[in-house]
Amino acid sequence: MSQTPLFELRRFSVHFGETQAVSELDLQVEQGETVAIVGESGSGKSVSALGALGLLPPGSRVTGTRTFAGRDLGRLSRREWNELRGGGIGFIFQEPMTSLNPLHTIGKQLRETLRLHQGLRGNAATRRARELLAQVELPRVDELMAAWPHQLSGGQRQRVMIAMAIANEPQLLIADEPTTALDVTVQRQVLALLDELRQRLGMGLLLISHDLNLVRRHADRVVVMQQGKQVETGPARTLFETPQAAYTRQLIDAVPSGRPRPLPPQSELLLSARDFSVTFKRPKPLLRPSPPAFVAVEPLSLELRRGETLGVVGESGSGKSTLASALIRLLPSHGEIHFADQRLDQLGGEALRRQRRALQIVFQDPYGSLSPRLSVADIISEGLRFHHPELTPPEVTERVAEALHDVDLPADCGHRYPHEFSGGQRQRIAIARALILKPRLLILDEPTSALDRTVQKQLIELLRDVQAKHDLSYLFISHDLAVVRAMAHRILVLKDGKVMEQGDCETLLHSPRTAYTQALIAASSLT
Amino acid sequence: MTPNRRQRLSPITRRRLQVFRRHGRAYWSLWLFGLLFAFSLAAELISNDKPIVMQYQGEWYVPMLVDYPETEFGGFLPTTADYRDPFVREQIERHGWMLWPPVPFSYQTLDRDIQGPVPSPPGSRHWLGTDDQGRDVFARVLYGFRLSVTFALALTAGSILLGVFIGGAQGYYGGKIDLFGQRLIEIWSGLPVLFLLIILASLVEPNIWWLLGIMLLFSWLGLVDIVRAEFLRARNLEYVKAARAMGLPSRLIMRRHVLPNAMVATLTFIPFLFTGAITTLTALDFLGFGLPPGSPSLGELVAQGKNNLQAPWLGITAFLSLSVMLSLLVFIGEGLRDAFDPRHIMTSTTAARPPLAATTQAQDSQP
Repeated sequence: MSQTPLFELRRFSVHFGETQAVSELDLQVEQGETVAIVGESGSGKSVSALGALGLLPPGSRVTGTRTFAGRDLGRLSRREWNELRGGGIGFIFQEPMTSLNPLHTIGKQLRETLRLHQGLRGNAATRRARELLAQVELPRVDELMAAWPHQLSGGQRQRVMIAMAIANEPQLLIADEPTTALDVTVQRQVLALLDELRQRLGMGLLLISHDLNLVRRHADRVVVMQQGKQVETGPARTLFETPQAAYTRQLIDAVPSGRPRPLPPQSELLLSARDFSVTFKRPKPLLRPSPPAFVAVEPLSLELRRGETLGVVGESGSGKSTLASALIRLLPSHGEIHFADQRLDQLGGEALRRQRRALQIVFQDPYGSLSPRLSVADIISEGLRFHHPELTPPEVTERVAEALHDVDLPADCGHRYPHEFSGGQRQRIAIARALILKPRLLILDEPTSALDRTVQKQLIELLRDVQAKHDLSYLFISHDLAVVRAMAHRILVLKDGKVMEQGDCETLLHSPRTAYTQALIAASSLT
Repeated sequence: MTPNRRQRLSPITRRRLQVFRRHGRAYWSLWLFGLLFAFSLAAELISNDKPIVMQYQGEWYVPMLVDYPETEFGGFLPTTADYRDPFVREQIERHGWMLWPPVPFSYQTLDRDIQGPVPSPPGSRHWLGTDDQGRDVFARVLYGFRLSVTFALALTAGSILLGVFIGGAQGYYGGKIDLFGQRLIEIWSGLPVLFLLIILASLVEPNIWWLLGIMLLFSWLGLVDIVRAEFLRARNLEYVKAARAMGLPSRLIMRRHVLPNAMVATLTFIPFLFTGAITTLTALDFLGFGLPPGSPSLGELVAQGKNNLQAPWLGITAFLSLSVMLSLLVFIGEGLRDAFDPRHIMTSTTAARPPLAATTQAQDSQP
């Protein structure tokens, strides 16, 4: 270990106007070391990294000392900053969808970086770009050089971003939630890649994440942050084995736990689908025969009993959400859908709209699924007021209060607006909106994947309570087996629209029959 | 959910109002424009060739509102009294009094008492001079301003109704409706509007309703694209999907969830529709295909200014009144655009809003 650390923050604080976003942070990254900053959203971890590199918007104030390789970062000129960012310090952002320019090919963007920082041109740049893509273990490098960002999957894009970040062989790589937007199996691969690159190139790696357990295997030292303050810091091993702060313990424990309540023995059949499939027409090219339809969900059959939870598992693009939307007839489908005593697939118009009361859905994104213009009470009561016009305003208010109580929100938050709530609270509002119609089937489309682990855990417990109280059936969609295990009685594994296997939750997790299921299980750190 | 809670403005609207108010130029422009328009709405009280009220032989008359025959005041003709006629005037003043507006000319009053040739230059009798028929320019500008603005208001309202309805239907239903609707609109918008207006205006006897109708045929086109795009985007929003899953009918979803999204773009577009309507009307009047002869119109004043270069007050007045009106509208439009721009709201309220750090961070957890 050298005397001066590669990157150091001392008494580092960030202010936005009057508010202090980060206070008195002390942090060192040595060469070849991985340091993780962990904390929930709003804890100031990204702000710290951005602030240290001078990337915060105007209006913010940074105090304290920050040094990189012996240089005082507080005194750099604009020119020196530009050389440093993308040169000595590489940066990877969370969102691989938006951090690549959609109008240029991958090759062009890589060559651009090389030209700007190393002055490489022509064949030399192309050769180096290929090398880099190979280094981040991307297949078919030649095709990839000519590919456009939209043709790549999320994981591939993130690999390209990593290739760009290491293009100039930085001494320090800052990765801000590099895996949050990715599938679980891909998350592991990306983290392993970062680890390997760190060793090979001898960089320091500053890893920012909200998931303490995810960084467990990769970090040498961990800094836990809460509300802008450093709660605990230390070598990863001691921190995990003997956490000092209560908050650290809470983060470590924030793994979905418990199991669903057992089903009553003779529970009646609520929903069943036979020969059920979803296809999308492809646009017909002029003067040529129309191409075969795209099969999003291949013919399958499924059953769901009253009070039961069926977990639907698969990576993104496997057709989970399509299946769910089509089952409640938000998308056109083929085959039979039986709901209670009705053929759901034959209903239409008014009859279908009336039936929708019993089939509710909660979406993944707690920010997008609530209208920002309506108050919470209006959002929750909207469906109720339409389906039950006979209710008087006081009765509606009472039902709203009941629904809020069901999801453990105070009754007086009805007149507030969605933006005043956190992600977890918003998701509760979305659940209340579904519950108020007294549905029998609730479709939960990744309801917890946008949330912090601790909030996720609370929400799962809430969902289990609600299920028992109202005798609800859930169709629970998730890519995270740890969450599904805590919720589902049975599991259906989907891949590319095909059912890989289907069966009892515990049995399937203990003895998976397909390699795909095994990979999913390996990736989701089941404890 | 008490009624006063519901009437309260949503926080977004309040923040927008705040931004608009802080945008000094737009805020003052709105006030000034409102004041000018209110002023011109009361044109009859300010500039008229009839007294506002009068008393004659102990009885009250309101000539501004009611037409009285000349015989009423001791004249000989059974026609409407001309209060500017020396004889009538003398009669009334002998037996009572009259209260005249500050400018005793209406927009079509021919002042026959002018010494010298018309157009006569500005002076104490005619503040802005007269045009080549001896009509008071101030009166014509005042009435012309009112006509232009009301015309633009009506045209804008009509365009919004049509544009939002057609654009909304295309965007929400998509598919064939959208496909054919867009092709029709492409053809329709390929038509040379000004020539068509001229041809149509020469086929029919143009009055203000004809002009309004003809211009309405084309003015909604610009709005359709915006509204359609907003509807296309909004119908895939998760809260719209959630409303569909709740079983709400399309009309309710459109009104409550989709339309408010489109209204932002529409509102931002209004000032441009407005200025467009005013300039088109002025252009038609200038070319002589617009309002019937004698109507107070700014375009006609521009034409007079062009034909009477020896009387620069005509051209200068027309130029100033048009440019002031259009500039004010453009400033208001700028303010509206900024007020509805989410980025602007973020940066302009950074200092006043502590939880910025929280919002930046909150985005971390979104996939």
